[in-house]
Amino acid sequence: MAGKPKLYYFNGRGKMESIRWLLAAAGVEFEEEFLETREQYEKLLQGGSLLFQQVPLVEIDGMKMVQTRAILSYIAGKYNLYGKDLKERALIDMYVGGTDDLMGFILMFPFLSAEDKEKQRATIVQKATSRYFPVYEKVLKDHGQSFLVGNKFSWADVHLLEAILMVEEKKSDVLSGFPQLQAFKARISSIPTIKKFLEPGSQRKPVPDDKYVETVRRVLRMYYDIKAN
Amino acid sequence: MSGKPKLHYFNGRGRMETIRWLLAAAGVEFEECFVEAKDDLVKLQKGGSLLFQQVPMVEIDGMKMVQSRAIANYIAAKYNLYGKDLKERALIDMYVEGMTDLNELIMGHTFQPAEKKEQHFATIVDRATNRYFPVYEKVLKDHGQDFLVGNRFSRADVQLLETILAAEECKPDILAKFPLLQSFKARTSNIPTIKKFLQPGSQRKPPLQEKDVKRVMEIFH
Repeated sequence: MAGKPKLYYFNGRGKMESIRWLLAAAGVEFEEEFLETREQYEKLLQGGSLLFQQVPLVEIDGMKMVQTRAILSYIAGKYNLYGKDLKERALIDMYVGGTDDLMGFILMFPFLSAEDKEKQRATIVQKATSRYFPVYEKVLKDHGQSFLVGNKFSWADVHLLEAILMVEEKKSDVLSGFPQLQAFKARISSIPTIKKFLEPGSQRKPVPDDKYVETVRRVLRMYYDIKAN
Repeated sequence: MSGKPKLHYFNGRGRMETIRWLLAAAGVEFEECFVEAKDDLVKLQKGGSLLFQQVPMVEIDGMKMVQSRAIANYIAAKYNLYGKDLKERALIDMYVEGMTDLNELIMGHTFQPAEKKEQHFATIVDRATNRYFPVYEKVLKDHGQDFLVGNRFSRADVQLLETILAAEECKPDILAKFPLLQSFKARTSNIPTIKKFLQPGSQRKPPLQEKDVKRVMEIFH
């Protein structure tokens, strides 16, 4: 048994990507086992590793953790990225909830039809620029600090950077009305652990492609149509 | 300004119900301000109370909290319903996320178009009886304790009871194969704060009726 956390998921972003970001930000090395075949998935199921028969699964500290949110909260708590008290945790949870909702619009994107993709791209940009980015812009402007919560690097900062970069992949100039977020992006990207994660060859996964979609559908036998939200 | 938390939502379960359960279980009195029409929501939005323009919103301890998970996490921790350490919290989080998934599936039933209702119902029953309930039945069986985590009452127990009751509203004998969940249900329902919440006249909300779907959709869409 290695000391390192081990991630079980497809070789792509999906719901595991935020976990990769957080571990990387915390400077924690991790291993990955990629699901490529139905047989691998069934083996995990039969072995009793998947509490609710779903991935992500992360083996960490003797636990087989499932449920993305549970895993992220545990990592954040363990590596001191969850604020110093209940109220800071409340703020972090609120901010992460927002970026989670925003990234939720992008999660299903690769599975949509070409026509729905165009509509969804517009939705993503609209939500980002009218609902979510203004909130974080204001938070940073109001306190003038480098980090979202408690003048200290936290899960909220990692999650926001991840969200920003994902939306930029859909519209490269989406931050044009948000000077604070532009500076935030530059600042957080240069934190050594994050900088390393952003370099080629890291465990960060690329924008999902058709091969990824095909793998997920095959492994999960998820052949129904996905509708845009 | 009373000391009591104030809940802003429509007069129904939705994403606020778990929070009502948690406050009630903790013995915390709370007030409610119902969003009855779109104008009420717009007023809250324009007033700057809703961080992401959405409800649930709970005024608590000087904060205007949004995001149902954030709110539930705060209440659970404040009232010592979140385990004693990181590992217990991890277990509670895993269990609670599973219950939330099932509960959302159940709540989605009323919103299904007529031609999809039957299949959706089958999915609910399948997931409840093959994916979720077996997990909690096994947890209770393996440790033989009264509560899901750490031999102590926690939010996981509150939410499991909430989910069980919602599932039973769908299919009354849904716990037939789960003897430990049956005794869990009886035991947890008897906890004084919970017993009180289960009585008529409490702030617990009934399931959404077909006739209310249109009205609710109009507020939020």
